[in-house]
Amino acid sequence: MLIKMIPEIGHFALIIALLMAMVQAVMPLAGAATRRPLWMAYGQPMAAGQFLFIAIAYACLTASYMLDDFSVANVANNSNSLLPWYYKFSAVWGNHEGSVLLWSLMLAGWGFAASVFTGNLPRDMVARVMGVMGMVCVGFLLFILITSNPFERLLPDMPQDGADLNPLLQDFGLVVHPPMLYMGYVGFSVVFAFAIAALMGGRLDAAWTRWARPWTNLAWAFLTVGIALGSWWAYYELGWGGWWFWDPVENASLLPWLTGTALVHSLAVTEKRGSFKSWTVLLAISTFSLSLMGTFLVRSGVLTSVHAFANDPARGFFILMLLAITVTLSLLVFALRAPRVSHKVGFNWLSRDALLLVNNIFLVIMTVTVLLGTVYPLILDSLGLGKISVGPPYFNALFVPLTVMMCIFMGLGSVTRWKGMAVRDLVRKLWLAGVAALVLGILMPLLYRGEWNLFVSLGIVSALWIVLPMVRDVFDKTRHASSFIAGLRKLSLSYWGMVLGHIGVAVTIVGVAVVSNYNIERNVRMSPGTTVEVAGYQFTMTELAERRGPNFLADTTILQVQRGDTGSSFTMRPEKRLYLATGMPMTQVALRPGLFRDLYVAMGEDLGDGSWAMRVQYKPFVRWLWLGALFMAFGGVLAVLDKRYRRATVTREAPKAIGKGDTAQEATV
Amino acid sequence: MKRRLLLLLLPVCFLGLALFFFQGLSLDPSQRDSALMAREFPAFEATTLRDKNQRVDQSLLQGDVTLVNVWGEWCPACKQEMPQLLELADQDIRMVGVNYRDTREKGMEFLSEFGDPFEVNIFDPEGELGFDLGVYGAPETFLVDADGVIRYHHKGYVSPQDVRERILPEVEKWR
Repeated sequence: MLIKMIPEIGHFALIIALLMAMVQAVMPLAGAATRRPLWMAYGQPMAAGQFLFIAIAYACLTASYMLDDFSVANVANNSNSLLPWYYKFSAVWGNHEGSVLLWSLMLAGWGFAASVFTGNLPRDMVARVMGVMGMVCVGFLLFILITSNPFERLLPDMPQDGADLNPLLQDFGLVVHPPMLYMGYVGFSVVFAFAIAALMGGRLDAAWTRWARPWTNLAWAFLTVGIALGSWWAYYELGWGGWWFWDPVENASLLPWLTGTALVHSLAVTEKRGSFKSWTVLLAISTFSLSLMGTFLVRSGVLTSVHAFANDPARGFFILMLLAITVTLSLLVFALRAPRVSHKVGFNWLSRDALLLVNNIFLVIMTVTVLLGTVYPLILDSLGLGKISVGPPYFNALFVPLTVMMCIFMGLGSVTRWKGMAVRDLVRKLWLAGVAALVLGILMPLLYRGEWNLFVSLGIVSALWIVLPMVRDVFDKTRHASSFIAGLRKLSLSYWGMVLGHIGVAVTIVGVAVVSNYNIERNVRMSPGTTVEVAGYQFTMTELAERRGPNFLADTTILQVQRGDTGSSFTMRPEKRLYLATGMPMTQVALRPGLFRDLYVAMGEDLGDGSWAMRVQYKPFVRWLWLGALFMAFGGVLAVLDKRYRRATVTREAPKAIGKGDTAQEATV
Repeated sequence: MKRRLLLLLLPVCFLGLALFFFQGLSLDPSQRDSALMAREFPAFEATTLRDKNQRVDQSLLQGDVTLVNVWGEWCPACKQEMPQLLELADQDIRMVGVNYRDTREKGMEFLSEFGDPFEVNIFDPEGELGFDLGVYGAPETFLVDADGVIRYHHKGYVSPQDVRERILPEVEKWR
């Protein structure tokens, strides 16, 4: 009996969570305005309760999937009794309703975490943060309950079996990609709530930046991994061998990443030097707004993309309203309150402050570039000026030079000192690295391929220019220690985070430059016995067969691949699958990954007479793309683990113990 | 004060963008993507599947709203969508097939086994017409209006639901 009611329990839990979110949105803010500690104290328990009840709802939906309850419309549309259990589990977020539920679960999770680790913050600040988080949560829970209820039933005539999960989504990459991406998107809500709370309270001091930094870094790390996973998934799953398509959905995730990166850096300046306060707040607002806008662009279907999502104007309208209210209100609060809290702190133009400002300017230009390219077709269409699509040529033409220019300043920025330094010192630190980067960068394409390529050289010079000065800086910093190892130990975790993050950027740049220019692709007709040579590898088709999977039929090929120089050989098995429930054909790529090259074989189409069109690709350094992203994310996590933030947590305990029952505390802190 | 007014420009700019988004909600993005949309059906000259002496060209698609279906004997999904295509032909919709990267015998075998909804089949063994049409793979279906202009492009298998919800409304729209 209880099992049959699972969807209703989930629905009910969502309603309770909504009510709690409403209390959380109103009471703490009202309490902060009227200085009532009891009202302010509502925030934390409500955040916990909300997280608990959304988790219950989420568990109920997962249970409905696991139990094949096809009376639930969401399950019937996105699952099938033949689907393996792990895809039933991930199918929960492989559709609109479920992924919004996951979004909300994570939002509540971040809110709960923020309510637990409040640091040594004044009570009214915590109350305001909780209030803002509550408001965002109310918006999303209303969105679910009004337009996207995942617990909708198909009664009395429920289908015998489900329509199956989109075959593109039946894959490990898609199991992990959305949760990571959402963790990033949603994580920025914490720093957003913090910025708004600081504006409302007029308290944009070092304490809030110190508190906001680890949260921002963590959200940024998640988003970085999420984007990288998405790119990796597109690479092996779509069968084209591309890793970034400048597709609106990809751009929607890149936009908050760019402003988020700017925010990570500008928070550093604000914490260390107390400058750029308003700018940092504006970035915090923009980053979360762009996360919301990304959700709108993806969920409403106003832009076309390779990611096919259901297009429902009612949903689009709702998210647009949510977006409009959030952004307009927060920008209004910013416009009205920001000037009051600005301070002037002087710095020299040759200082880390100034270079970080330049980095921010570049990142903002990149954001605007991507934003324009993404919404331009929509704007033209709205004005009735025709239908166009903006593609990779636009983005590549602008993004490549912007990245190269930013790299120049990145190399300088990581070794300069705050406030200012003499030109002589900087030149002494950098000249060797600069010369080495130029020489190696220009020579490497020649050594690697025997012919020179401008873009590969640009990429390698940029990457070395980022890495070499930092290496030298590490040596400089450890010179006075008793031993090199002891010196390394002394460097803080956040310094290591910075180094690793920047190395990550360099690694990704090398990957992009090499694979974009040295990729080899051959489209060939193959039948059993045919041999093709690509980049020194002999691909021989040995077998062509059909096989039956759990929920698909497949044509499989077995290729014997022999390496020309060493003679070592291995097999590759690409497949063309037909998923039975949806009748959708899918290409299953055969990959032979390696640190310096991937071999990539995809089956095209059956050409009759027993031969197939095959696409064989040699992709050098393609793994570096995602490896770099992992470095960046790991750098972000290292910075979060820095003692500095832990110390802040320890000192919090003391005043709290003393301040117990002290209702006037927030007035004095 | 001046600075505050300047800052107020931010929400105003955003609201402008939101207005475009709002309008975008009522526009159909699928008309924006395909480069061939609202363009004339590409010029071609070919023989028909049944008769290697009968020549056809793009004038074949003038005069009536036509569904052009790209298929091949080698394509399993094409077999699955045949019932839907036969149903469409029963509703007096003119159907023209493009036999894509196939041989005459296999194509004919396919039609005798799975039914023939097509008035005529363009024989395209090398996939030249398919290439001009920007076909990703079979099956794909194009709706061509009475003036020979492509109005709708369906990639992949046509399900009974697609017939009801996409194909028939599109045909009505351009008739």
